[in-house]
Amino acid sequence: MSFIKTFMNGEEGLFKSETLTPMQKLTLRFVVVGLFYFGFVVIEGMLMRLYEVKPLPFITEPQFFAILTAHPLVGIFGSTYSIVFGAFLFLVPYLMKKPLWSIKLGNWTFILVAVGTFIFWFAGFVSHYAPLYTLYWPLPADFTQFSVWGGTFFIVGIALVMVGSAFFVINIFKTITFTPDGWEKQPSKALLASALGITGFRNLFTKNKKEHLVPLPVAAVARGSVDVALNTVIILFTGVLILVFMIAAIMGIDLKSTAIDALLYKNWFWWGLDLIADGLVLIFVAGTWYLLAMMISGKPLFMQNIARAALLVELVVSWTVWSHHLLSDQAQPAILKVLSGEMVTAFELITQGLAFFITLATLWSARPLKMTNPLKFLLGGLLGFALAVPAGIMQADVGLNRILHNTQWVIGPHVHVAILVGLTMTLYSAIYLLFPILTNGAKLYSQKLANIHFWCHLIGGIGMGAFMGMAGLKGMLRRSLYVNGEFNLMMILAAICGTLLLIGFLAFFYNIVMSVGVKGVIDIFLPSKVKGKNLLPE
Amino acid sequence: MVDSKVVLTGQTLAYTLYCIVIILLVAWFAIKVTGKGKVLAVKPAIFYTFVGFLTVLGVSLHLITFNTIPWAKMDLNRSDYKPDKTFVIKVKDHQFIMPSEKLVINVNDKVLFDVQSEDLTYGFGLFRNDNSMMFQMQVVPGHRNDLLWQFDRVGVYTIRSTEYSGPKGVFMILKDAVQVIPTNTTN
Repeated sequence: MSFIKTFMNGEEGLFKSETLTPMQKLTLRFVVVGLFYFGFVVIEGMLMRLYEVKPLPFITEPQFFAILTAHPLVGIFGSTYSIVFGAFLFLVPYLMKKPLWSIKLGNWTFILVAVGTFIFWFAGFVSHYAPLYTLYWPLPADFTQFSVWGGTFFIVGIALVMVGSAFFVINIFKTITFTPDGWEKQPSKALLASALGITGFRNLFTKNKKEHLVPLPVAAVARGSVDVALNTVIILFTGVLILVFMIAAIMGIDLKSTAIDALLYKNWFWWGLDLIADGLVLIFVAGTWYLLAMMISGKPLFMQNIARAALLVELVVSWTVWSHHLLSDQAQPAILKVLSGEMVTAFELITQGLAFFITLATLWSARPLKMTNPLKFLLGGLLGFALAVPAGIMQADVGLNRILHNTQWVIGPHVHVAILVGLTMTLYSAIYLLFPILTNGAKLYSQKLANIHFWCHLIGGIGMGAFMGMAGLKGMLRRSLYVNGEFNLMMILAAICGTLLLIGFLAFFYNIVMSVGVKGVIDIFLPSKVKGKNLLPE
Repeated sequence: MVDSKVVLTGQTLAYTLYCIVIILLVAWFAIKVTGKGKVLAVKPAIFYTFVGFLTVLGVSLHLITFNTIPWAKMDLNRSDYKPDKTFVIKVKDHQFIMPSEKLVINVNDKVLFDVQSEDLTYGFGLFRNDNSMMFQMQVVPGHRNDLLWQFDRVGVYTIRSTEYSGPKGVFMILKDAVQVIPTNTTN
């Protein structure tokens, strides 16, 4: 087959977009947009990395900080939320062996997340609104530094993403509990109790143990979705609060920013933000590891009941760890620093270590396994969290935080290794595994490109985190600029690793386009010719 | 008091060693799980031992640092200490407003830095000449932000805001603003 033919129609013309069900199309749309935004984030990251070495003439300082503000939000919402929501809106009904409650609502989630992300990114790009994602009060309402109109559109964009997230949560819980047309009445309360872990908790104290009605990965999605819902409430409330100040400013009224207590706001905001970082990410990832391990090995999960219980513990832990972000706030009560900041946070070492062990033990039970793309990326994802979680536990220490807080250590070995290596490689594993299922048997264009993708991503991700961490240990701050080349050696090495990440992503993107063809990519966004709510063609 | 650089060196060594071990472990697993050989089931006892190990590690890390990092105890109980010197520093409009041009401190003095913000959230950190960090804290408006520190050696330090407060805040740097001198040489 010629290059042009493959480029247009995909590898061996095997991808037949007309056979895709509405559900397959919905999921693929989420994945394509998620990967598009991931490409955005990689390019933005590279621009900032180069700027840290030497300021670029076409980027002003306010523009740099606008990129710094949008970068994590595009990564979390535009990329990760899109891929995760798309995957779970397919997997929950797939595992429950029933249709999605509402494809229409799923499409709205897709539109709101995609459009909302573009709006806040564009608002930041045009107006340089840059209070950073932490929004430490009263910075988001400091209109001497930021445009009030830019900020208004920025917050509206975030709000749209949050509404889309709320729709996702509703769809997930309704799918678990609803009775499809023509089915026998489903025990919705019992299904909900099983999904949330209430059944498992009751089983601990009773002799008449009830069976688990939902599969373990669905329980993980449900518990992670609780954190998505709580986070949505917090971010929406915060957005409305900031909007009040912005609309007042537009109307010429200067509201007193000291009416809001800065430390209380910080506690409130970090409680909500940690529902993502220390909540839904860890719970979703653990659930995805379990699902991948079972699908790759074809074996039941090792220590399944413990794994279920750990997911519930992780949910409760995620509500009580926020204070590790305030260990350097001297007005924060010491009891909160020690209990929430240190002790409860240390539980994440246990819950995540447990998930690591259970996944490896499940894979081990099926050896010898073939080193497929899903397996190698899953191992990469496991390694990422094995490196990043202990780095986080170290900085969540009253003593060490005094010399680590806000340094590149926090954002390098902890955040970037967790997200780029741990989370993203887990998502890639799921994408490689689901690719033939979602495309009705399309063939991957090149295994060599998949290998390049794997090694570039793994080495680039770990290397970048490591060099950022080394700079942090030498005193380099995050969210700052060093114009005299103080940390150039580490930043150049981190930029080289960032380039590897970019090469890996381009190899993957090219591989996928050549696998399904340009026509196939375009067709994904057109209405499905297959009618009905079936997940896969009959 | 032990210099914070010593603590950082210890942390660097411990984490580097851990990284090497975990990378080798995952690489070993990748080779073994794809290799032929007798399939031995993982015994629950190994799992429970691992969970026990993680529990001990998680709890002991903080106990060890609390008892070995010298400033940890002093920081949590700083109201029990009487500082040898107190410096009140105000921050406003992205500027540090100092009580004097240079803060002069005697070696081994316990010094309280009381930093007050009048508008935004800032940071307050002391940095050595090689740009490495001595310590830092957050400076939140409307709240008390005080840090007690004992300097164990002579040196000159730069003050820098360690929290983002908008693009204007990046260059909140006071070069060589703190000087630690041998005992009995100050007025």
